Amino acid sequence: MTTNSVSQVATEAALRAKNVNVYYGSSLAVRDVSLDIFKHEITAFIGPSGCGKSTLLRCFNRTNDLITGARVEGKVMFQGTDLYAKDIDPVYVRRRIGMVFQKPNPFTKSIYENIAFAARINGYKGDMDELVENSLRRAALWDEVKDKLKQSGLSLSGGQQQRLCIARTIAIEPEVILMDEPCSALDPISTLQIEELMKELESRYTIVIVTHNMQQASRISDKTAFFNAEAVGAGNKVGYLVEYGDTEQVFNEPIEQATQDYVSGRFG
Amino acid sequence: MTTNSLPPDPNNLWQPSRGLNKWVERAVIWLFGLFAIISVATTVGIVLSLLFETIEFFQVVSLWNFLTDRQWTPLFSNPQYGILVLLSATFLTSLIALLVAVPLGLLSAIYLSEYASPKLRKWLKPALEILAGVPTVVYGYFALLLVTPFLQLFIPQLGGFNALSAGIVMGIAITPLIASLSEDAIYAVPSALRDGSYALGLTKRETIFGVVLPAALSGIVASIILAVSRAVGETMIVALAAGLNPRLGLNPFVPVMTMTAYIVQVSLGDTPAGSIAFQSIFAVGMTLFLLTLIFNIISFWFVRKFRETYE
Repeated sequence: MTTNSVSQVATEAALRAKNVNVYYGSSLAVRDVSLDIFKHEITAFIGPSGCGKSTLLRCFNRTNDLITGARVEGKVMFQGTDLYAKDIDPVYVRRRIGMVFQKPNPFTKSIYENIAFAARINGYKGDMDELVENSLRRAALWDEVKDKLKQSGLSLSGGQQQRLCIARTIAIEPEVILMDEPCSALDPISTLQIEELMKELESRYTIVIVTHNMQQASRISDKTAFFNAEAVGAGNKVGYLVEYGDTEQVFNEPIEQATQDYVSGRFG
Repeated sequence: MTTNSLPPDPNNLWQPSRGLNKWVERAVIWLFGLFAIISVATTVGIVLSLLFETIEFFQVVSLWNFLTDRQWTPLFSNPQYGILVLLSATFLTSLIALLVAVPLGLLSAIYLSEYASPKLRKWLKPALEILAGVPTVVYGYFALLLVTPFLQLFIPQLGGFNALSAGIVMGIAITPLIASLSEDAIYAVPSALRDGSYALGLTKRETIFGVVLPAALSGIVASIILAVSRAVGETMIVALAAGLNPRLGLNPFVPVMTMTAYIVQVSLGDTPAGSIAFQSIFAVGMTLFLLTLIFNIISFWFVRKFRETYE
């Protein structure tokens, strides 16, 4: 795949945030973020702790709804539809916009069932064995687990567990995969495997990844959004978008001074 | 007093009397050890006295007759000791109790842990646990004087003493046990598992029944087995409300006599100590002891085998 062909299909926005504010209770956590996430690209959110990058990520599939007191203002659009419109059921949103979490969280079921479970409930009618095998293959885990599909998902190593979580996410064929620091609990070799996997998944899915690791962002992402945090009042921090653009540009010729300072390691 | 072989302390400020402390430490170990031994020795003593009396009992009544006779008539001139009679009553009342307590306890546990707001949970759970503190004699009278007459409105053939109302009330009595222990198990399931399930487009109900309950299974089953032990050993409610008629069968509408109720009847009656009828309560007690022991072992094994470890 050449860069050229990517940019041709990537003109359409999969997700669009417009003037998004996120509150936890009465305190503002994310202030006025507007950005577009493009189809079949990997978009990285980087920034220091408390800059709201994970919070913003969770807006895109309404996982913020699960936190009591969380409130989203502004518009979050998915292919032109407002995800927070009154008639939208968050269950359907999450069905199409999957998420992989910071800590691997396989279910207390067999490796096979970890993948088959959600597919079955979501009404998958085809050959389940085939779906499990394909998903595990695409998550680069098949060769390691094909002889022990009946074993518990928790018996795997941390890196394998995370790939299992990715496999179960792609098994239900979402359009977007949100990844919240998917490698922060993993060793460097597992991290590399996940990164390679993401590059392979890019052709079929739109991927948004939050990462603390700037090298990771520069290695794998097409676009990078840099967020920063600002102290407000007593101990509260509010995050805002500083700069968003092609990863090359953000890392090599950042427009904002804060971005320059962050990517060159002067703070964060 | 032993000497301290460390180099002298330059700041020679405090001089605690470490010599005395050493003796206190030693005395404490002996004292606590003694208390521990007393409780263990008591248990051993109970088991031994059960065992000896049981052996004496089985020198007169054969084990085969004990296990196969279909009558329990220890006070007749031609006594028969068929434990199945008492066992069937214990089984019946415990089964009814579980049919009440398992759904009630599990559903309250799920509600408390997954649906109730933190505020509601904060006072509802202790309130539920208070139910467990009600003396069982109160439950017994509740069954006899309220539940039975109420049930008789719908089931005219129901006896004044019967297994049904005793079982139902016993179920209410053990519901808090199941609810409280299961709630702990469900609450302990990491929220990361719930998030993972929601992120796959599953609803709350699908998440609870598909992900959370399977993850809490070992704790839930352990709580149920513990409740079975309680039901089998429960005495006051069945002695008061189920009647004292040894009868083989599983008819819940008639008076029956459980193992525990029989022990109460003989212990409180004027059966002479040393007679075979008197010794029979030890054989029954032994059966009861073995039953609950088996349940506890199953529960222990189950928890060990199926407990999920996170991280």
